[in-house]
Amino acid sequence: MNILEFSALIWLGSLVAGLLGALTGLGGGALLVPFLTLVFKVDMRYAIGASLISVIATSSGAAAAYVKEGFTNMRVGMFLEIATTLGALLGAFLAARIPTSAIAIIFGLVLLHSAYLSSRPLPERLDNDQPDPLATRLRMNSTYPSPHGLQAYYVHAVPRGFGIMGLAGALSGLLGIGSGAVKVLAMDQAMRIPFKVSTTTSNFMIGVTAAASAGVYLNRGYIDPGLSMPVMLGVLLGSLLGARLLVRAQTRLLRIIFSAVIVVLAIQMIYHGVTGRL
Amino acid sequence: MSSFKRTWTEQQLENIVGNLLRVGVMLAAVVVFGGGVLYLIRHGAISPDYRVFHGEPADLRSVSSIVTDALALQSRGIIQLGLLLLVATPIARVAFSLFAFAQQRDRTYLIVTLVVFTLLLYSLLGGYL
Repeated sequence: MNILEFSALIWLGSLVAGLLGALTGLGGGALLVPFLTLVFKVDMRYAIGASLISVIATSSGAAAAYVKEGFTNMRVGMFLEIATTLGALLGAFLAARIPTSAIAIIFGLVLLHSAYLSSRPLPERLDNDQPDPLATRLRMNSTYPSPHGLQAYYVHAVPRGFGIMGLAGALSGLLGIGSGAVKVLAMDQAMRIPFKVSTTTSNFMIGVTAAASAGVYLNRGYIDPGLSMPVMLGVLLGSLLGARLLVRAQTRLLRIIFSAVIVVLAIQMIYHGVTGRL
Repeated sequence: MSSFKRTWTEQQLENIVGNLLRVGVMLAAVVVFGGGVLYLIRHGAISPDYRVFHGEPADLRSVSSIVTDALALQSRGIIQLGLLLLVATPIARVAFSLFAFAQQRDRTYLIVTLVVFTLLLYSLLGGYL
């Protein structure tokens, strides 16, 4: 196989990963690293570098649309980005010191956890009790558009959300994924921010988080232009198509299929990590 | 409850941030695509080697040498410049927020944004941890 054929196949695979990532809302990064390492036998470090780059492309592209719709809470995002960028630097720092087989095992476990999170039904809460005084002081309480006009909401548990965001950043920097599932967990579950606001604000933050570790990866020589080129172009096109299709698609069925694929990939990653083949 | 009010300037802010992100991603994609076409024409027939990690050569690792390579029309340098534009897009968004919070005289968020901005620049330019 020469570079032309290799690039074409990688582009096609990345397009599918981006498409599924956008349709299920779980992001393409989770599929990319297993796809590159297990199918194409790409070294873990090159795969993580290319995946991280594509994560910036998709999240920034999607965030552009969401920000204009008025769902994104930019103050919450900005504040929590302190935690995610610090975490991302720590993750990138650890990535050079942990053997790739161990990274593969952690990757598998994180995949299993996000499959579990996405299969769980989301409880709709309408409680709007007293906000966290810290959130009020930081002017995080805001509004979002709903069918009945602008809906006000309070932000809770800022320190706990901040802590979980640090973890999300570290996982992103270590594994080259957006770790949107953990970010949504921090905002939706811990800080009790409305789901739509949580997902769009998470998306808004993913680009900055990934950029924080991408710099370190670039300086360390993990980002290969020949590999990142088809990955980035494929994922970007796939996620743009996915966003267009989203209105018509059967997302429930897709999420189940996607979760099943993720579980299989997770087990493969863990198995290869344990046997030291990655 | 003045904190619940969505002012016109805030709406405008959201539009600028949205456009900034879109333009950044599109510009990066165009540069990567251009470099990619050149790369495939020049190196398409060689077999790829990603099984063993070698790390990139020094000229594809730092901002200044990537720009030098791209200006010399080296295909890998052009792709890397496109990727660099992509990494710079969220950083530009943070830089713009810095400007916006300064204009709103919001000291708390000016400091918050400054911390994030410094961390991002440290990662991209400072490099080695």
